[in-house]
Amino acid sequence: MSDRRDGAPEDGVPEVDGGHAATTPSTHTVRLELADEPGQLLAALHPIADNGGNLLSIYHERGNKTPRGRIPVEVDFEATQERFEEIVEALRSEGVNVMQAGTERYAEEVTLLLFGHLIDTDLSDTLSQIEGCESASVADVSLAAPQGTEESSSARLRVEARAGETETALAAVRDVAGAKGLRVVEPLVGVEA
Amino acid sequence: MRLAVVGAGAVGRSVVELAGEYGHEVVAVADSSSAVVADGTGDRSPGVDADAVVARKAERGIVGDADPADALAAEYDALVEATPTTLGDAEPGFSHVTAALERDRHAVLANKGPVAERFGDLRAAEADSAGEVRFEATVGGAIPAVSTVEDIEPGHVTAVRGVLNGTANFILTRMAAEGLDYEHVLAEAQDLGVAEADPAFDVDGTDAALKCVILANVLSAGAADDPVDAREFSLDDAEVEGIRDVPGSALRLAAEDGQTVRLIGEATGETVRVAPRLVPENGTLAVSGTQNIVQIETSHAGRLNISGRGAGGPETASAVLGDVGRLK
Repeated sequence: MSDRRDGAPEDGVPEVDGGHAATTPSTHTVRLELADEPGQLLAALHPIADNGGNLLSIYHERGNKTPRGRIPVEVDFEATQERFEEIVEALRSEGVNVMQAGTERYAEEVTLLLFGHLIDTDLSDTLSQIEGCESASVADVSLAAPQGTEESSSARLRVEARAGETETALAAVRDVAGAKGLRVVEPLVGVEA
Repeated sequence: MRLAVVGAGAVGRSVVELAGEYGHEVVAVADSSSAVVADGTGDRSPGVDADAVVARKAERGIVGDADPADALAAEYDALVEATPTTLGDAEPGFSHVTAALERDRHAVLANKGPVAERFGDLRAAEADSAGEVRFEATVGGAIPAVSTVEDIEPGHVTAVRGVLNGTANFILTRMAAEGLDYEHVLAEAQDLGVAEADPAFDVDGTDAALKCVILANVLSAGAADDPVDAREFSLDDAEVEGIRDVPGSALRLAAEDGQTVRLIGEATGETVRVAPRLVPENGTLAVSGTQNIVQIETSHAGRLNISGRGAGGPETASAVLGDVGRLK
């Protein structure tokens, strides 16, 4: 039970122009510790659902108890920032042990290639320009410059994007690359070959 | 059916050779400078002698002693247009097709020019004629791309994508497999006859783009309530990037991640795009060598994949003769 749902944010949520106001749901992960007694998991999920959280996945590791004999559970859900805080509060007031609560800012990931005069055009500036885009973050870079720094070289980028914003992130990469005369080899997004 | 074949390259010659097997007879053949028209006195059939035509073309570079205009004026039921693809006004192919339609004869195209560059004009000429226009051979050689889209009905096809140029695919496959650079593999492809001396049409993505433009026209016209109102596409509407500058190092980086690069064309009723794209190394779209693949995304029937030979005389001729068989 650890499938992650991709796709756009819930319908009907007003999108504030260009920004990510508190009204846009994002993906959150909470790590809970439950007593090994019947009904504990259900009791822990209620405060999430009751406060407008949209459950995405539950990872319930029954065989792996903590030294105090409790069972760790990891729950992913979508909620606005405001609701997320309410949910954590509600969980705690129900007596659920919340070990960790965090927001996963980036839910989607794509790999792409860049090629051209990567070094001459200042690769680190290229990467920080991509990072400058709200939707995208560069998670990993591999560079291949077999003919030295003056010839054409290639890079493989792992780019993380917010849920539903992969296209926006790719467009940002295209713009940054285009301005420097670099070429982008994009993945076929949404096509499982 | 009685066929007139215009264009005596690999495809035209194969149509002439294979027509008999499909139950048709070739009554006229023309190339750019000469023609032969059957006089109805052949010993075995009233058509032209296919072997003699092919031999004359090989030995003397002509198909016969008549004028090309005589072939267009011959008594045929369907004209097979297999002259080289031209852009812009798509001539002389376009005029060959309209000459047939004006006489209420059918036209079957292997030439992409008229279908990609003048789709609206072509459909208008067809509407005024008792003849029909078909063009399966213009997309993906032997692969039945257009007729499959027609069978599913274009209104229920959301996108068609795939590898539609064997030359570009051969080059990318060899570059990835051998760790070689573009220039080296291109020279190899030219020696093998896989790439033309001037490879621009293939490696710059133009050929794949024309095929996608044709598919976009089929999707757009088929989905419209009235085809006259449908958006018409030409090469100018396509966003095209080729493979010429893709360095070997990019393919190596892709391979490290279990992926590879293919020149992928995509057509919907709204957009046409051709570009090198990252695809999973062992995925459906990563066909090898000169193979082509067409992937059809449907509203109710999931995804269909058809792979096969995207070029070649007999392969493309089989698509032409399949179209002839579909004519009413």
